[in-house]
Amino acid sequence: MSRAARSLLFLLVAIFLAAPIVIVAGVSVNEQKTLEFPPKGFSLTWYTQIITDPGWRGALITSVVIAVLAAALAVLVAFPLVWSQWRRSRRWVRIFEVLGLTPFILPPVITALGFLAFWATIGFYGAPWTVVISHAIFFVTLPLVTLSLGFASIDREIVEAAATLGADDRTLLRTIVLPLVGPYILSGYAFAFVLSLNEYIVAYMVAGFTIETLPIKIFNSLRYGYTPTMAAVTVVFVMLAAIIFGIVARFGDLPRLLGAWSSKES
Amino acid sequence: MASARKRSLSDYLPVLFPALMLTVFFVAPFGIMLSVSFFQRIQGAFYEPAFVLDNYARFLTLFFAGRLAFSLFLAALVAVVCVAVGLPFTYQLTRLSRRLQVFWLVGLLSILSLSEVIIGFAWSTLFSRTAGITNIFAALGLMDEAISLSPSFEAVLTGMVYQALPYAVLVLYPSVARLDPSLVEAARTLGASPIRAFFNLVVPVLRNALLATLIMVFVFALGSYLLPQLLGRPQHWTLSVLITDQAIYQSNMPFAAAMAVFLVLVSLALIGLSLTIGRRGAAT
Repeated sequence: MSRAARSLLFLLVAIFLAAPIVIVAGVSVNEQKTLEFPPKGFSLTWYTQIITDPGWRGALITSVVIAVLAAALAVLVAFPLVWSQWRRSRRWVRIFEVLGLTPFILPPVITALGFLAFWATIGFYGAPWTVVISHAIFFVTLPLVTLSLGFASIDREIVEAAATLGADDRTLLRTIVLPLVGPYILSGYAFAFVLSLNEYIVAYMVAGFTIETLPIKIFNSLRYGYTPTMAAVTVVFVMLAAIIFGIVARFGDLPRLLGAWSSKES
Repeated sequence: MASARKRSLSDYLPVLFPALMLTVFFVAPFGIMLSVSFFQRIQGAFYEPAFVLDNYARFLTLFFAGRLAFSLFLAALVAVVCVAVGLPFTYQLTRLSRRLQVFWLVGLLSILSLSEVIIGFAWSTLFSRTAGITNIFAALGLMDEAISLSPSFEAVLTGMVYQALPYAVLVLYPSVARLDPSLVEAARTLGASPIRAFFNLVVPVLRNALLATLIMVFVFALGSYLLPQLLGRPQHWTLSVLITDQAIYQSNMPFAAAMAVFLVLVSLALIGLSLTIGRRGAAT
């Protein structure tokens, strides 16, 4: 492909990906409570309303609390699995790893419906904490993948040397494993956190009638008409995701995390 | 003796918690959903345990067959568009400098992680008459006046391609990034034009990865549950939208569960197929 054609391809994809966000960003600074583009006047009222309006603030807090806890639980479920598989490879551990990869690949409605049937059957339908557990299981795939990459990057010779010198599992974990896979734990957490923040269908099916996360609040508000506040929330979410993934890229090797050879190897 | 017991304990202990969590909160919900799909629905209430095949028999109606055909057609179209755009894009992306690659990857990840609610809201704003893109076209004189572009099939397709394109690029990224650059250089040295080198070399080498990606994006698009509802008319609703509708608004859990079980079988069969293709690709 010639240089011009290549630049054109990047430009077109960039326009396509940015267009809805640019329009929404424009709408979010309207002075009046109307959705107009180009915006009439300029005002950041709709951004401050996310914090000052009790409804939006409540939804924001609910979403953040769920995402913080769910991502932590996802890491806690994923870490021992990957650790055992790395320390002593076992076929039956592999089964659980595959099980943890499944919810992410299947259409989300299926997992959501499974959780709805499950929580309704055991009688906790609508309890806010059920969303935390559901999200943790739904997104356990992400720490599983990043941690597997992290463990794969540990030099086996260091581990053997440590074991020869008499280090037990606990010492190994503390002195070698945790420092080396630390960044991968953080990136797994970050991925799960951002996705939980944005997740709609599982949260809605599990506890949509009792709690309001930000995506649920946006969806419910759509029925009463579009407001600039929803546009402001959208812009905040896009920026938040970009900042968090930017931090992951700053401190980790993003191309490697996403499956390309590391820069050292190539 | 003592050390053997200790070893087996340290073998099982760490896995106990994740194994328990995944069994209780993932395997059990699937089992319950499977059994609910055979339950009897009670009008005006929830459902009662039974073993009936009514919920599956409803698949055989013309209405359901039509919805299913439309869902598969839409998902296939989304997959083809995303791979057709995604392949040349990913190929060029991997040839950029590392800095620029990271920049694009962060952007793609940010869009991929966006809630379907937000994507639906953003595109319906862009397609609307008051705030939409047609205002710009009208201002530029390309159109007489602003019009509303949704609900329509094209709007649904655009929204779903927007959602799936970053996914397609990220699924393609590993195999394209690992492509040996000397292959293309060799072809170029032998006088092949860049476009010829792309179609006669890159595409055949990545054939299996492309097929696997097509299937993965197809399954991903099957999962879209809100965009057909927010950007389309009822005739554009897919299986995923119908499942949500039956479960929440019609409170017909047994029928929703039966459709979900069916969707699981279709998805798992396709994923299995894509893994086989992917493995064959790795072996050759």
